[in-house]
Amino acid sequence: MPDLLIELFSEEIPARMQARAREDLKKLVTGGLVEAGLTYRSAGAFSTPRRLALAIEGLTAQSPTTREERKGPRTDAPEAALEGFLRSTGLLREQLEARDDKKGQVWFAVVTKPGRPAAEIVAEVLERAIRDFPWPKSMRWGSGSLRWVRPLHSIICLLSDEAGASVVPLEIDGIRAGNTTRGHRFMAPDEIAVSGFDDYAAKLRRARVMLDPAEREAAIRQEAANLAFARGWEIVPDEGLLTEVAGLVEWPVALMGAIEDRFLSLPPEVLQTSMKEHQKFFSARNPKTGRIEGFVTVANIETADHGETILKGNQRVLAARLSDAAFFWENDLREAKAGMGDWAEGLRSVTFQSKLGSQADRIARIAALAREIAPLVGADADQAEQAARVAKLDLRSAMVGEFPELQGIMGRYYALAAGLPEPVADAARDHYSPLGPSDAVPSAPVSVSVALADKLDTLAGFWAIDEKPTGSKDPFALRRAALGVIRLVLVNGVRANLGRTFAMACPDADAADLLAFFHDRLKVHLRDQGIRHDIIDAVLAMPGNDDLVLLVNRATALSDVLKTEDGTNLLQGLKRAGNILAQAEEKDGVEYSFGADPKFAETDEERSLFAALDKAEPAIREAVRLEDFQAATQGIASLRAPIDAFFEAVQINTDNQITRRNRLNLLSRIREAGRLIADFGRIEG
Amino acid sequence: MTSPKDNQTAKPVCFQDVILRLQSYWAAQGCAVLQPYDMEVGAGTFHPATTLRSLGARPWAAAYVQPSRRPTDGRYGENPNRLQHYYQYQVIIKPSPPNLQELYLGSLAAIGLDPMIHDVRFVEDDWESPTLGAWGLGWEVWCDGMEVSQFTYFQQVGGHDCRPVSGELTYGLERLAMYVLGVEHVMDMPFNPPGSPIPLRYGDVFRQAEREYSRWNFEQADTGMLFQHFKDAEAECDRILTAAETDGAGRRIPMAHPAYDQAIKASHLFNLLDARGVISVTERQAYIGRVRALAKRCADLFVTTEAAGAAGGEAA
Repeated sequence: MPDLLIELFSEEIPARMQARAREDLKKLVTGGLVEAGLTYRSAGAFSTPRRLALAIEGLTAQSPTTREERKGPRTDAPEAALEGFLRSTGLLREQLEARDDKKGQVWFAVVTKPGRPAAEIVAEVLERAIRDFPWPKSMRWGSGSLRWVRPLHSIICLLSDEAGASVVPLEIDGIRAGNTTRGHRFMAPDEIAVSGFDDYAAKLRRARVMLDPAEREAAIRQEAANLAFARGWEIVPDEGLLTEVAGLVEWPVALMGAIEDRFLSLPPEVLQTSMKEHQKFFSARNPKTGRIEGFVTVANIETADHGETILKGNQRVLAARLSDAAFFWENDLREAKAGMGDWAEGLRSVTFQSKLGSQADRIARIAALAREIAPLVGADADQAEQAARVAKLDLRSAMVGEFPELQGIMGRYYALAAGLPEPVADAARDHYSPLGPSDAVPSAPVSVSVALADKLDTLAGFWAIDEKPTGSKDPFALRRAALGVIRLVLVNGVRANLGRTFAMACPDADAADLLAFFHDRLKVHLRDQGIRHDIIDAVLAMPGNDDLVLLVNRATALSDVLKTEDGTNLLQGLKRAGNILAQAEEKDGVEYSFGADPKFAETDEERSLFAALDKAEPAIREAVRLEDFQAATQGIASLRAPIDAFFEAVQINTDNQITRRNRLNLLSRIREAGRLIADFGRIEG
Repeated sequence: MTSPKDNQTAKPVCFQDVILRLQSYWAAQGCAVLQPYDMEVGAGTFHPATTLRSLGARPWAAAYVQPSRRPTDGRYGENPNRLQHYYQYQVIIKPSPPNLQELYLGSLAAIGLDPMIHDVRFVEDDWESPTLGAWGLGWEVWCDGMEVSQFTYFQQVGGHDCRPVSGELTYGLERLAMYVLGVEHVMDMPFNPPGSPIPLRYGDVFRQAEREYSRWNFEQADTGMLFQHFKDAEAECDRILTAAETDGAGRRIPMAHPAYDQAIKASHLFNLLDARGVISVTERQAYIGRVRALAKRCADLFVTTEAAGAAGGEAA
């Protein structure tokens, strides 16, 4: 069983593309091999900035021979039919067999496809993989027409077994596959010949290349932690940065430095963001002061001076960057202390969306809406309005201009500098949240009111100008905004009728359509929490379905009860009652809804059902009024036994019309009891 | 592969030393060493030696210094790193040679950046010029965490696919030289060797001009006139492009270069207007689009000429 080694050696591959590229290479090659009839034991993909590699172990040496029988025309069929059959099988007449069939003698063809050697298949599959490789962006270079992420220089394609290794003959746009690669660009630039994956990985290591990105990540994590520990610091964890940095080096060498004292008064978020975005530094925190006081940079080389020149250079660049940041910070603070009036003025000339006006227009709308929402979330209306008016002013600050990801965070600092109360400042920071399904949901009332107003204004506004998300296109992140509203409302138990808030946000928006959009988002959200879509449909059919808290309480209670045995049986009973009623109503052309009378009851089971309903109905009604859906569903579940017994013993459609009508009317009481809670007809099962 | 070490000599001592070394290095690699284009441009890419010559099939290799003007970057000569007038060093080779990265690293060694003691890295940075309708893929090159060059494989210029592809290198000369020379403020950087009979620093040469231009760019430039000049350049560009390709004597002489000059002019006028803060966010895109439309039409015309390798070019 041979092993296969592939290496695609190129100029520097963007770090952010490497993980996907490893997966794609593995999928394209193994998929192609399997499709061609080969099997393999295991496959692993690796990458460095300059190479993508794939190692496949235990590949079958050739694909199996296949034999296929095909039935052709009858032997007495016209000549043309036979010729067509020969063409389609690629055989000659004398290679056909005549066999007896039900309808007489028929020609049979036996088509045998001989197995092919692995090398032939590998060459085809690799060439196709390279030509079809799904890079997010690819390019041409020189005079060639081949596309790759950056110029491709060499290819290793090597099959090896006990007998030795052989290069798979393959040439793509002048690049001939071989068995050689190169080591580290500076420390070991010479050509290296390899005989298989183990040899390849070992020789690369000697040539100062760590092939496995996971190993590079681990090495960086460890070295950085050690360096920090020696100074009594700790590294601020950042997995995204770690992966990126590991994709920028073949031989990681961590170097640590201290931030100059004059910059230590900058907000920690500014230090961290500036170092990360501009220089891909890790931040080191001093646990004693809680401040960020140092950094770790990861070089790609071991030098004779142990990185001294490199560290000095990086320190210099950092000082220049942080001087800029300090300059922004001081200027911004001056403006903040002066009340941020220039920023508010400046937002008048920033267009939010051409049909929805400027950012200043938007802020005015959000402020009005936050005021309306404040009483619903227990916030002070004046504070909510004030918070909404200042929450986005930092968009005009120099710092946010430089680092857009600090929006909100800077807003909080500037609001505090302006002397505004804490809840207002916190709202500036938190009103963008939650940004994703895992982002924390604000709970401070002022923050909640501004966060809701911000998102509802956006949604209602875009609905009013008919810019809704379609398919995979959602350029204004409206789905995320709706999910944000849902989570804010549910986590904080905000009791509000969305329809009314839509109208407050923008009277021109189609509120019913927007509500339907929310219901779709809610279904996705609840499905992730294990609540089935049909249960949600059953509660959406109930009145008050624009009160999400009510809706979800109902759905949760219903979902819980339907997981019990009583619940599933009850559902059957309710459905049966509903079906019998619906049939009778259609046949008789009347609606049975009133007048069931125990005096016409003929059996004990009927009488017990009357008694049970007499007891359950008011209890359910009261529970629903109190919005105690757990009690309500328990109330309806208590009907399970009498309903079962009733259907067991009683035939509804008797000849006695009085008895029949009475029983149908009794069924309608069951239906009505169910309708207090949900539209059970929509539930599956 | 040439080892970058081969080129190593003593470190440069002044700004002009860095420039001279780059000139002789790229001359030794076979580039035609051109002189700056004699118009106001925002970057070396605007030089027709790059924009126009990256179009068409004819091989090309050129290197030059290009004074570049970015009015919004003016800081009255006070900021240690920002200037409204600075120098770029530009190398353009078509088709891009397979060893362009090695050639580039050799140029760093030539100016005293030994890659064995520095950390030189190619970090993804795709280049796009909305005003030129151009884009390419490549990197910004980092030396010890500082961006020292832009390295781009042109894919499209003026809306035309580049076939073959040009490799473009752009060095920000002041920043690079400051790093090599260990200078903190650009104005303190020695321009000629400090031991010269009349030693001059960068500030001796440019501080006065930086102050004056900063004032003019931000406070004084006559915006009404600039708007009018923009319109004039646009109109003249259009007129040149729509003129008959055949002259009075029956010769085919399309005028891609004169038209392109007007596009460059429009681009710089837009930059000046931008610095004066009289172009709103929404108008910005429209102005950039107008310049791009001109650049594209210039490119369309240039590719029909002999300089672009079009068959029969001028004779047709």
